[in-house]
Amino acid sequence: MSKAFPKAEDLFLCLKDAVREQVSDQTAMVGIHTGGAWVAKRLHKVLGLNLPLGEIDVSFYRDDFAQRGLKSRVQPSSIEFEVNDREILLIDDVLYSGRTIRAAMNEIFDHGRPKKVMLGVLLDRGGRQLPIDANFVGGKVYLKEVERIALTKSDDELFEFVIRSGVET
Amino acid sequence: MNLQLSRTGEMRHLLTIEGLPKQVIYDVLDAAESFMPVTKRDVKKVPLLRGKTIFNLFFESSTRTRTTFEIAAKRLSADVININVGTSAVAKGESLLDTIANLSAMNADMFVVRHGQSGAPHLIAKYVPPHINVINAGDGSHAHPTQALLDMYTIRYFKKKFEGLRVAIVGDISHSRVARSQIHALTTLGASEVRVIAPKTLLPANVENLGVSVYNDIALGLQEVDVIIMLRLQRERMSGVNLPSSQEFYSAYGLTQKRLSLAKSDAIVMHPGPINRGVEIESLVADGRSSVILPQVTFGIAIRMAVMSILAGQAK
Amino acid sequence: MKICIKGGRVIDPESDGDKVQDVFISDSIIVGIGQSPRGFMADKIINASRLAICPGLVDVSVRVGGHGSEFKTTLEQELRSALAGGVTKLGCPPDTTPVLDQPGLVTMLRERATALNSAKIFPIGAMTQSLSGKLLAEMAALSDAGCVAFSQGDGVLPDAAVLKKAMEYAATFSFRIFLRPQERSLGNRGIAHEGSVSTRLGLPGVPVIAETLAVSNILMLAKETGAMVHLSKLSSYAAVELVRNAKQDGVDVTSDVSVHNLHLCDIDIGYFDTNFNLCPPLRASRDKDALREGLRDDTVNLICSDHYPVSQDQKNVPFAEAIPGASSVELLLPLTLQWAREEGQTLLKAVTQITSNPSHVLGISPSSISIGEVADLCIFDPEHPWIVSDKSLVSAGKNTPFINKELVGRVLCTIVEGRIAYDPDEICA
Repeated sequence: MSKAFPKAEDLFLCLKDAVREQVSDQTAMVGIHTGGAWVAKRLHKVLGLNLPLGEIDVSFYRDDFAQRGLKSRVQPSSIEFEVNDREILLIDDVLYSGRTIRAAMNEIFDHGRPKKVMLGVLLDRGGRQLPIDANFVGGKVYLKEVERIALTKSDDELFEFVIRSGVET
Repeated sequence: MNLQLSRTGEMRHLLTIEGLPKQVIYDVLDAAESFMPVTKRDVKKVPLLRGKTIFNLFFESSTRTRTTFEIAAKRLSADVININVGTSAVAKGESLLDTIANLSAMNADMFVVRHGQSGAPHLIAKYVPPHINVINAGDGSHAHPTQALLDMYTIRYFKKKFEGLRVAIVGDISHSRVARSQIHALTTLGASEVRVIAPKTLLPANVENLGVSVYNDIALGLQEVDVIIMLRLQRERMSGVNLPSSQEFYSAYGLTQKRLSLAKSDAIVMHPGPINRGVEIESLVADGRSSVILPQVTFGIAIRMAVMSILAGQAK
Repeated sequence: MKICIKGGRVIDPESDGDKVQDVFISDSIIVGIGQSPRGFMADKIINASRLAICPGLVDVSVRVGGHGSEFKTTLEQELRSALAGGVTKLGCPPDTTPVLDQPGLVTMLRERATALNSAKIFPIGAMTQSLSGKLLAEMAALSDAGCVAFSQGDGVLPDAAVLKKAMEYAATFSFRIFLRPQERSLGNRGIAHEGSVSTRLGLPGVPVIAETLAVSNILMLAKETGAMVHLSKLSSYAAVELVRNAKQDGVDVTSDVSVHNLHLCDIDIGYFDTNFNLCPPLRASRDKDALREGLRDDTVNLICSDHYPVSQDQKNVPFAEAIPGASSVELLLPLTLQWAREEGQTLLKAVTQITSNPSHVLGISPSSISIGEVADLCIFDPEHPWIVSDKSLVSAGKNTPFINKELVGRVLCTIVEGRIAYDPDEICA
């Protein structure tokens, strides 16, 4: 069973508006693989940011590696700007437990010491397990633990959320 | 029985390239590619294997290979313990399996094994508790799978794909574990031709059954090849019954500029190191624009990080 | 004790017999076949319907001691192992600990074996002192002590000069010489058949030419010296071919094959399974086929088990460091039956390979199931499937390439000189 909910494109517009006022030429944007990187790529473009867009795959920093192992294909991280003293806006698609964000911050700190790290997400679905919150959100909705949500991207780059109910693995 | 794959086809140990599915090899190469940026950062470390204990068990000394495994393990945040067994337990008469049982009792998570006898890592893999992974870092004349994997990474990096490639391996095939693993890897990955080039005294029996074509004449063997892999000639084999002298080997099989020109113009030259200049290879070639010998070393660390993290990450 | 074995299929190679009939034993002697002797009152009746009865098996190559362990500590157990295999007479190669190169040792071995009242041993003495291949052993004195032949065991062959002298000396006394053909300089560092498998696994190889060079030297020397030569454990197609031609030329030579080379080839080593580290090495499948063909046309005269108990510790090491050898005397019968089934040979022909033929080669009087003969018998079920396991093996050595494999044909009872010496299922009770 799957249902489309909520409208990801609307959330994207909200996130874009929320972020627009807070970024400058000196802000570096970093998207988290895979969904976060898609969102970051579009934001980076519409906001016309200067610094090259960063992308990270947090697989090497996950705290559940011992249980889940390495995904078959880990995207190489690319951060092509100086991290030291930089203001960084981290972008992800869905904020849930907060563990991915912890892993992403650890990775960023292995590239240097940023001046400030902010977080923007398309959707906050609640269910935090760590003291982490987003600075900018497209929208909030509370989902049950058994519900899994994934961002999809159509051929013409339009976003849509797919929600599946199922047993947590 | 294939010890190195689980029932679901995941890698549990890395003992030999023989029998590894193509996809498993590609997974290692892909993971290594992901680790490449890590090796270039300020903090060249990821926390993947934090808390894991890896024993480098070298029954045969090799500073270089041991060092690359050590660096790889440390970049994954594992604790690494180097044991030169040649100078410790075995010298006191302890059996191989007793040594392994003792180290297992020290809560080891992984053994990286170099041994002079073909098959020793298989024996260890057969007897370790199920949570321990074994990596073969070279056994006798049998296999050196991580070297072959880094060579495949190098070839893919420079040539993009394996299909259609013609690869020549030159030198002491008979005693080379590196050559055997390279041959298995190249044939699995679909290289269109693998050639071995050596005098008859350095070719093992029925080597053509490994899926290679045999050349005794290097001038014929290098024609139109895309990749040339030179093997290291062990000092003890440079003169004696296999070869009269290293000079004679160099004049008959050494890779010179002149011979290199027989290969394709964009051919790359590889060597597992350490190189013997003037024995296998002319300095001009080793340092020339076709040589990718130094990138091989860099890729070696990423490959070993990939293998270790794939093994450690398998559900037990 | 009077025993009647009822309703069994009696297979007797010496008389070419294969027929269901009763056998009557009184004390140690067969006193009747088919018809009960007058006044025979059996103390024990063995129901042998659907079973086969043949003379006690003869195995020309059974080591009663393991590698490094003195045979006196293991003799009892290995003789019981032989009985469990239906073997009542066994040839013991000299390369044991200690080496059988002195008459006193041979006497001691025979006395100990006799005292055990078990399978009977026929020592094969050392051809050269300490098997070093340099100085001749005291063959005449060893023969007086009970050696039936002389050999180097699995040790190295002497150089041509010493070999020629040894053959001349043996021919002087009409002694038999057993030689395992392997040219020393070509084979001494090898542990696997030189071919695709040794190349793949990176194991040092023993080339076929190591065997054929030795075979042709031995055959020429045999022709020259007139020595009675038996070639032990042939392993290659080329050697079979040489022996076939030599026999056609009238050279007085016999040969055997081990159960291992008859059934296995190098590919069975898998990934370094040390149970398959054997001497001679397992060769390619064409070699196996040629050995089978050799048995069929009597180029190869018999099958031996090449029993050599090896401890687990000696096998739990890297392949090249493992002691070659396997416990196999208990598998001689089922593996011979398997050969016969696979090659379309009769039960009689199978039994001949492990009873009368080895007796002739050892130069001992062959047992026969006929009136007046000593009752050395083996009763077996030719159809009984069983699984080889460390529990099923009586031998101290638990290593065999056939471990955990199912074999068909099981020895149920072994009778030595009219005495029931092995009867695990109590079919005689």
